[in-house]
Amino acid sequence: MSTKPKLYYFDGRGKMESIRWLLAASGVEFEEEFLETRDQYEKLLQGGSLLFQQVPMVEMDGMKMVQTRAILSYIAAKYNLYGKDLKERALIDMYVGGTDDLMGFILMFPFLSAEDKEKQRALIIQKATSRYFPVYEKVLKDHGQDFLVGNNFSWADVHLLEAILMVEEKKSDVLSGFPQLQAFKARISSIPAIKKFLEPGSQRKPVPDDKYVETVRRVLRMYYDVKAN
Amino acid sequence: MSGKPRLTYLNGRGRMEPIRWLLAAAGVEFEEVYLETKEQYDKLIKDGFLLFQQVPLVEIDGLKMVQTRAIMSYIAGKYNLYGKDLKERALIDMYVEGISDLMQMILMFPFSPPDAKEKNLESIKERATNRYFPVFEKVLKQHGQDFLVGNKFSWADVQLMEAILAVEEKVPDVLSGFPQLQVFKTKMSNMPTIKKFLQPGSPRKPPPDAHYVETVLKVFKK
Repeated sequence: MSTKPKLYYFDGRGKMESIRWLLAASGVEFEEEFLETRDQYEKLLQGGSLLFQQVPMVEMDGMKMVQTRAILSYIAAKYNLYGKDLKERALIDMYVGGTDDLMGFILMFPFLSAEDKEKQRALIIQKATSRYFPVYEKVLKDHGQDFLVGNNFSWADVHLLEAILMVEEKKSDVLSGFPQLQAFKARISSIPAIKKFLEPGSQRKPVPDDKYVETVRRVLRMYYDVKAN
Repeated sequence: MSGKPRLTYLNGRGRMEPIRWLLAAAGVEFEEVYLETKEQYDKLIKDGFLLFQQVPLVEIDGLKMVQTRAIMSYIAGKYNLYGKDLKERALIDMYVEGISDLMQMILMFPFSPPDAKEKNLESIKERATNRYFPVFEKVLKQHGQDFLVGNKFSWADVQLMEAILAVEEKVPDVLSGFPQLQVFKTKMSNMPTIKKFLQPGSPRKPPPDAHYVETVLKVFKK
């Protein structure tokens, strides 16, 4: 029996992607089971594996963990990416909260109508450049250190890099007003575990496409229209 | 200057209410600043108080904390309501996140258009009775202890208590199929700090009314 964490989700980013990033950044190998059919999902439900009937679900350390934030917090703490004390943890939680909100706008993007997608793209860029990126740019500028919190690599850095790359996929020059973030991006990308995750063949998932949307809708029977923010 | 935490939000529940519950349950006195005008809010942003230009804001221990979850995790950690180890913390996090998803539906309810309110109320009832309450009913039944995690009072218990009362305000008989939760509710109500919070005159806020909704729309108007 392998003791690697096992991830249950669709074969795509969604809410699981941040978990893949964090495990990879921690140097932890993991297995994945991809939900492709409604039957698979119902089997998981009937087996009692999904506490609130939802995925992501991660089997690790004898637990069947659900709720993305709970899973991420557990991994961060276990692999020492959660700061050295309560105050550093508070900062990390605040920063992660921000990047989580930003990535939330992107999470629903594939499920929007073509018209709403245009509006949402504009919203993502606007939020990124006026609300979120300036905060992290200032944090890095003010302390001049390589990492967001406590001069140590943490979950906050992984999450911010993930967010930066996702926003760049919507507008490739979005970092043009943010020199600190450009340097941050280069630095964090070159950390061996992250560099590896960014290479082809890793478990990083591509930008969601129609097939992904269709799979999610089919498995979750989620056929209603998703409204933009 | 008082050493008490200072909460800045509207004079109503919203996203600050779980924080009020947790501080109260921990026996921590706090001060509140109420946002009533857009000007107040804009000034807070201009003066650099709101990291992401949003409230809740809790000034505590020299930090200007924002992001509800971050604030609650900090309070729970500081006042020993977060379990004794990583695995207990994981359980508490899972439970709290689940409850938070249910509370999100209640949070948004006052802002839904009139023709959607009945449908949304039905969704709240359905989720509470089919997805969330059965989980906690089962947890309590299986271990037979008073508290959700580790036989000790924690953030998860506070959050569940708040959710039970909030749903009951909308669906008065919602606990009728959940004997364990009924007992849990009684036990929590009798805990001294919670009992005090449930009494008139406490910082607990009433259910959102039209005035509250109006204030929210006014203060956060773009």
